[in-house]
Amino acid sequence: MNGIRLVLTNFLSGLGRAQFFLLGVLSAIGPALLRPRIIVRQLYMIGVLSLVIIVISGMFIGMVLALQMANTLDRFGAEDAVGVIVALAVIRELGPVVTALLFAGRAGSALAAEIGLMRATDQLSAMEMMAVDPMRRVVAPRFIAGVISLPLLTAIFSVMAIGVAGGHLIAVDLLGGDTGTYWSQIHANVDLTDLRQCFIKSAVFGAVINWIAMYQGYHAPPTSEGVSTATTSTVVVSSLSILALDFVLTAFMFR
Amino acid sequence: MTGHEQTPDLLVSVRDLRFGYGSRMIYDGVDVDIRRGKVTAIMGPSGTGKTTLLRIIGGQWRPTGGTVLFDGADVHQQNRKALYRMRQRMGMLFQNGALLTDLTVFDNVAYPLREHTKLAEALIRDIVLMKLEAVGLRGARDLYPEELSGGMSRRVALARAIALDPDMVMYDEPFTGQDPISMGVLMRLIRSLNTSLGITSVVVSHDVEEVLSIADYAYIVAGGKVLDHGTPDQIRGSESALVRQFLEGRPDGPVPFHYKAPPLEQDLMGDAR
Repeated sequence: MNGIRLVLTNFLSGLGRAQFFLLGVLSAIGPALLRPRIIVRQLYMIGVLSLVIIVISGMFIGMVLALQMANTLDRFGAEDAVGVIVALAVIRELGPVVTALLFAGRAGSALAAEIGLMRATDQLSAMEMMAVDPMRRVVAPRFIAGVISLPLLTAIFSVMAIGVAGGHLIAVDLLGGDTGTYWSQIHANVDLTDLRQCFIKSAVFGAVINWIAMYQGYHAPPTSEGVSTATTSTVVVSSLSILALDFVLTAFMFR
Repeated sequence: MTGHEQTPDLLVSVRDLRFGYGSRMIYDGVDVDIRRGKVTAIMGPSGTGKTTLLRIIGGQWRPTGGTVLFDGADVHQQNRKALYRMRQRMGMLFQNGALLTDLTVFDNVAYPLREHTKLAEALIRDIVLMKLEAVGLRGARDLYPEELSGGMSRRVALARAIALDPDMVMYDEPFTGQDPISMGVLMRLIRSLNTSLGITSVVVSHDVEEVLSIADYAYIVAGGKVLDHGTPDQIRGSESALVRQFLEGRPDGPVPFHYKAPPLEQDLMGDAR
């Protein structure tokens, strides 16, 4: 009983600290925007360097989805619907969720490790002693860059999955479907609401992943084990949060 | 000594300082005075919280009791803005240098200038080169921290600490792990910066002879208390058993060689654990 109480107390106090941390990050966003060069650098580190994994994953997920759908829909003579199924699945679910999971593994872990090591090597303390607020100079710029990057990466992922190298490659180029039908079906059935929901999901996931990564890194014990635990926790907690949040957001969006 | 004296030559005044982690008390009523333009040494065995004292003076950590005045103002009663203004007048040299690893030597030293001044880049360049010249590393300006030796990192960190011409520089274990040449260079730098720029220096260290050779005044701290304080000569002549053990480096004495444990026979004859 005491064990459960201890776990619950630790969980709630951790959650409280994380919320205070988030408030600190949000209040540092304004001053951080005054130094756009730091944000641009972080956009490169977080966004551009994640491009390869996002592009390749998007391509293969689009291809495998089209292959599966074509096989099944062919039995019902509905192979023309491959494009629209790939597009809806990617835009509504797979795009934001898979991109966020990959982003948590690539950029989230890197952010947690970077900030954890800055803490362990006293770089954050040195900034504080130089009268520079690490929240404004280190944490907030990375947070902003993460929230901007994820929707853009999701868009790139979706284009790759649906477009030329993904679903289109299988449905049209490999299986001989009609390219006009492929695109017109997508055009007729995917509306702006789908795109808006995709964007909202990825922006929320971006904020959550960055919040978790920053918090884990910033509060990592200054040891090698501490940094390693922070990195692992970032990926595990972010991934679970993405999947849970995806359900909640989807439930609200399709009420 | 409980009240703060208001003598003009006192830059930092610590009174009845108390600080602890959980039930472990690090400081239990400590008084320390740092006088302007002097080199003050804080010495003591490892684990006595010497670095903690610097972090408390810098306002990074809050004591559980007592007060710390910097130039007459209570460090822990300032709002964030005032505390940051105060910190611009303090430099701190961390034990490992704590250089920002994604910046070159030049950019590390320029960092506080770019953050806190609106000086033109040409002027910042001149100041940075002068600070690097003072620590003998003008030629290393384009190197990254991972390309520097431990001693060079500390010298760059020292150049960064004095970039804003602070009133005081705090040195956290500046000689630890240094070869004799690096140690000699750092000792000469601390003393010469103190004399030529009039910077007040606080040196935390357990390298007794090196520190006493450059200090004007020294405190010996152990067990949460100040054991002794005075000029280096007074410290060398101290009759306190603990101070003698510390100064002479004896392995056993008031600070026991063995960590607290049950008798060896009892441990050996008891159940294996």
